[in-house]
Formats: sequence, C-alpha cells, structure tokens
Amino acid sequence: MELILETLGLAKSAELLSLSPPGWGANLLRGLANSLQIAFGAFGFGLVIGLFGAYGKLYGGVVVRDLLAIYTTVIRAVPELVLILILYYVGTDVINQVSQAMGYGRVEISGVVAGIWVLGIVQGAYSTEVLRGAIQAVPPGQIEAARAFGMPPFMLMRRVTIPAMLSFATPGLANLWLIATKDTALLAIVGFSELTLETRQAAASTRAYFTFFLAAGALYLIVTLCSGAVFARIEKWSRRGQPSLRGSNK
Amino acid sequence: MELKKILVATLATTLLGAGVASAEQVKIGIAAEPYPPFTSLNSSGTWIGWEVDIINAVCAAGKLDCVVTPVAWDGIIASLNGQQIDAIMSSMSITEERMKTIDFSDAYYNTPAVIVADKSMDIAPTPESLAGKIVGVQASTIHQAYANAHFADVAEIRVYQTQDEANQDLVAGRVDAIQADSIAMAGFVESDNGSCCEIKGIVAKDEAILGKGVGAGVRKGEDALREKLNAGIAAILENGTHAEITSQYFTSSIFHE
Amino acid sequence: MKNWRALMQPHRIVLMALFVGFVIWCAIALRWDWIPKYTPLALGGLWRTIWILVVTTVMGFLLAIPLGLAQAVGPWYLSAPAKVFCTVIRGTPLLLQIWLLYYGLGSLFPQIPWIRGSELWPYLRQAWPYAVLALTLSYAGYEGEVMRGAFSGVNKGQLEAAEAFGMPRFTMFRRIWLPQAVRNVLPTLGGETILQLKATPLVATITVVEIYAVSSRVRSDTFIVYEPLLLLALVYMIIAGIITLLFRRFENRVNGTR
Repeated sequence: MELILETLGLAKSAELLSLSPPGWGANLLRGLANSLQIAFGAFGFGLVIGLFGAYGKLYGGVVVRDLLAIYTTVIRAVPELVLILILYYVGTDVINQVSQAMGYGRVEISGVVAGIWVLGIVQGAYSTEVLRGAIQAVPPGQIEAARAFGMPPFMLMRRVTIPAMLSFATPGLANLWLIATKDTALLAIVGFSELTLETRQAAASTRAYFTFFLAAGALYLIVTLCSGAVFARIEKWSRRGQPSLRGSNK
Repeated sequence: MELKKILVATLATTLLGAGVASAEQVKIGIAAEPYPPFTSLNSSGTWIGWEVDIINAVCAAGKLDCVVTPVAWDGIIASLNGQQIDAIMSSMSITEERMKTIDFSDAYYNTPAVIVADKSMDIAPTPESLAGKIVGVQASTIHQAYANAHFADVAEIRVYQTQDEANQDLVAGRVDAIQADSIAMAGFVESDNGSCCEIKGIVAKDEAILGKGVGAGVRKGEDALREKLNAGIAAILENGTHAEITSQYFTSSIFHE
Repeated sequence: MKNWRALMQPHRIVLMALFVGFVIWCAIALRWDWIPKYTPLALGGLWRTIWILVVTTVMGFLLAIPLGLAQAVGPWYLSAPAKVFCTVIRGTPLLLQIWLLYYGLGSLFPQIPWIRGSELWPYLRQAWPYAVLALTLSYAGYEGEVMRGAFSGVNKGQLEAAEAFGMPRFTMFRRIWLPQAVRNVLPTLGGETILQLKATPLVATITVVEIYAVSSRVRSDTFIVYEPLLLLALVYMIIAGIITLLFRRFENRVNGTR
C-alpha cells in the first residue's frame, strides 16, 4: 500500500490526511459529522415547517395563505448566504432578549443549534412548495373517502395524506436533502467549524490547498452518492403497491 | 415512520442544544482562522498560540471561567453584540471607531503595522511608492481602514476574509504588497511559505485609525467583566507571566509604547 | 383591474398597512446615514453582480447543451465524462469549488515561475476570471442535467420525419431538436437563473467586489450589521422579481408564435 502511494507521489497527501496527528483527517471527519448533524436537523426542521406550511397554503385561511406566500417568496429570492447572516446574528440576539425579558436569563445557543435553525427556516420554504405539490397530486377521492368515513383530520393526515403523497414528494425531498448538505458549507462564512471551514483551516495551516479541497470534495460526493442510493430505496418503498408511473418496471 | 424518526431527532437536538446557560462561563471569541503565532489550530483540533496562552493566563488571574470560542473574524463584533461570545481576544486593536460600538479592556500588546512585499520589488510603505500597485488587506481590520484612508487613491485595495488568504495571494503574486501586523508578518516571512517576501517597513503613524494597542473587547456597559479582565491583564503583566509566555514565542517584547 | 381588486381585500389592506408600518419603523429606528457615502460603491457592486450573472448564465447554458446532448444520446465515451462532470458539480458545495479554483490554483503559481511573464498573467492575477469560471461550470452542471431530460423529451417521430426528408443531421439538430428542447426547459430556466443569482455572493469570498461585498464593507467600516443586510436582501428580491418577469414575458412570446 505504502509503496503504491510512494510511486504515485501521494505519500505526502496520505500523511496529511491520516486520521491521527500530524494528519488532519480527524479534523475533516469531525467537520463532516458536524455538517451531517446540521443537514439532518435542518432537513427535519424544514420538513416540519413544510408540512404545516403546505397545509396552511392548501387549507388555511386567507391571512395564513398570504403570510405563507410572503415567507416562501422572500426566502426563495434572497441568497442563502445573506439569510444565514441575518438569521445567525439577529436570531440569537432576539432569542436572548426575549428570554431575558421573561426572566429566564441567557440562553446558550450552540453553533449546531443555530445552524439548524437558520438552515431549517430556509429549507422550510422549499419543503412547503414540495409538499404542497405532493399533497395536490394525491387523488382527491382518497381523501374525500376518508372524510366520508368520519376520520378525524389528524388521523387523516397520518393515515392517508402522508403515506399517499410520500411517493410524489420523495424526488423533491431528495433534492432538498442534497441542498441541505451543501448549504451547510455556507456556515463556514459565519465561522462554524463544519467540513468546509475545517478544510480551509487544514489547508491554510499546511499549504496543501489542493489535497484538502479535493479530499473534502470527495467526502461531499460520497455523501451525495450514498444519499442518492438511500432515497432511491425510499422511493421504491413508498411506491410499493402502486401501479408504475413509467409503464414498465425497470 | 421515517418522518416521525426525523421529527423526534430534530426536536431532541434542538431541545438538548438550547439549554439555559451554565454558571458564569465566559466565552472568549477568537477568529476561526490560522493567525500564527497568535492563534492557530493544530492537527488534533485544539487552538494554540501566544494569544491562547495569554487568554488562559488572564482568565486564571482574573478568576474567570473561560472557554475559547472560534467565530468568523468578519462578524466577530456582531457575534459579541449578538451574545454568541462575551469577549473578543483576537488581536483586536483598540480604535476610536470600534469604541463607538464596544468597550475595551486595557491593552495587552501593541505592535506597529507593516508593509510586506516580494524581495525583488522596490517598495516602501508610502503612498507614492505603492501607486499603481495592488495592496492586500484583511477585512474588518485596522489595516483595511488604514489602506482605504491612505492608499486607496493611488493603489487598488484587495480585501480578504482571512489574513492567511492575503498572505497566500502575495506568495502567488496576485497582490504586490500586503499590510498587516508586524509580528504576524515577521513569523510569515521567516516561514518556508513566506520566504519570497520581506518586511518593507512600518507605515506612517495614524493613531486615530491604528489605535492604541490590542485589548479585549466586551459589550458596552459590561463593566464587571471588563474590570475582571483588566485585573487579570494587570496581574500577568506584573507577576511576569506575560513576559514568560512572550519569551516562549518571541525574542523581544511585543509591548511597544 | 382584476389585480387591483385582489389587492383590496380587507385582510390584505391590513397586511399592507402592517408592512408600511414596518418600513416606516425601519426608516426611523434604524441607521441609514451611511447610504450616501456608499452609493457609488454599491452601484459598482450591483453592476458587477448583474454582469457576472448574465455572463455566467449565458456561457453556462451554452456549455449545458453539449453536456445534455452527450448524456442523452452520446456514445459512452462522451456520456460517461459528461455524467461524471454533472455529478461532481452537483454533489459538492459551490463554495468549495470556488475556493479550490482560486486558492488551489493560486498555490501552484509559485512553482511555475514563467507564469508571471505569460500573456495570461494580468487575468490570472484578477479574481473575476475564477469567479466567472466557477459559476459557469456550476450552472452548466445543473443545467446539463436538465437539458439531458429536455433532449430525451423531444418527440422521436419528429426527428424520424426530418431524417426521412433527408435533412442533414446538423440542420435537424439546429432546426428541430434544439428549439424544442429549449422550449421544454424554458419554464425551469427562470428558476435556475434565480438560483444562479443567489450563488453570486459567494464570489465575494475571493475578493470580487460585487453587491454583497459592498454590504460587508459597510459593516466593517461602520459596524452597522443589520441595515446593510436588510437593504441587500431587498436588492436581491428586486433582481429576482425582474428575472421572473423577464422570463415570463419571454416564455409568453415563445409560446405565442407557436
């Protein structure tokens, strides 16, 4: 193994990337763990917002609908970087002031939580649109049938709407998940030590810019490809029992 | 089911992460970038350097329970006022402009600003000599303010997020010169990476912009914390800890009056 | 007339009143005295943002056509590299790509001394060529994937008909295949362009002075944090709105002449 690396001239890179010091591999992996944690949290938080948002847009009152329209339009028109800066600096400030006004003292907001909130709010706007489209794609007869049997609204959502829309929502959600993983890189700008910032610090400390940026790119790519495989399975699972949309099963 | 798991996981992380602050821990903000020899990250993920040692010494002497918290330099004052950190100890000079937004402790070091350029280039730290050149500075620093005030009329000022990026572009030849702190630059030109370049001289004095040395920044009105930091700084200057830490990193004093 | 009535519903009047109140509060309670001083810089930044946006979308789209075509019908030695390119671009953060291009390439310069004497050197010293390159490749990667679908979606029968009339392959591509593929992607193109607009502030991290960098400059000079960011968000919303309108008109015209 070492001989192969030596002949390829990669011995230096391998040493820099090794998991124990003096290698920086452990730093990169810690950054990756942080990135994934935030992406996961933000995606989940975004889904929650999206679910309520989609219901609000479809069945809510006029005011709710207008407010949601403003939310999704604004979030989707302003660069994530700008939103992150505004939400990151304003968000913690506001939460602390509210908490102090209510007499609770200062709230400790870790970087991870701040990242989840900020990216979650951004993701929520996109989730709202994806889920709204998916709910609309569910044949109305199914929902009407459940209503006719007197199913309560929450049970209807849990038993009928969500399972039925899942297959329509999966491609859009898979895309959103990929956006979430890549958007975590923007938190590097506010100094949160996720994969991209750890990479930049390692690169700056060792001068091996190419090695580290390529290594980080490979890590992101692995995440993307693995998620692609996972989502393909989820999509297949959510389609079980449905007639295939593409004619023949490939 | 999938959805439920994600939901639970999100709520759990959100709730666990946002607990009420524990005791009186003071978060000392430093710039999340390598700035040797003051602050830099080592390969096991811990922050080391002169300033980190000084932070620990000041906190010990001032009886404060401190934790070093890296944040983006470009938003470090916003982070302070947004209560993500409680004090800044990141080689930040005490300037009148910054005093309008935050308060400072007493100074714990003071060094001049210098111009660095390629050895083969005939450059002096004056506007005349820098005319038509590209000068690199780090964003939100006294050097950016100084370059904008004194060199911007004749030279192109290029602004970098971190000092290291400016250094890198000097080595790559994308900028002709950079303006930065003399100690950081002394370390840079001695390193293998900075061997191309040398310090061309100290820029002309302008105390209104360059300030009166480096101090710890705190939010306006937080006098209790400021007093404790002052006490800590005074103590380590008096009992020789400051000199001892300095001697581990530098050959001479870094406290120029 | 109809639009006007839609706006005049009671709850919308209340919302608009609240919004006007918010704007007035912003105007009075926040600090705006820095604006006159930074207006020239901001206009320059705005111009650069738009310039980068237009150049990279046009070049990216031109690059996306062969990428999409190669993936849709190309032989494996063309389709495989095209697919890998799109996957890599779409699978890694743009910020990382920009830094790799700018600082990664920059770190190689000291090892190639002759590069400073070359004719390209004045461009290699600037930051914008790297920004344009990175954003162009990014747009091409995303749009290439879309174009693949668009080329596959063109009705086979039309192509067969053209072939039957003995139309040369390139004419067939130019006259039938490409226009229909472009028409297929037109509805998504506006959205993609807005995504590209939202990617432009990232080039500020490699010293390109566009509108986002100007707001950072205001922040670092004056320590005013929120006001420049709010104004910046407004500017981006206006540009996004203009893009939406332009593409809608364009789409109407294309569909109108059908």
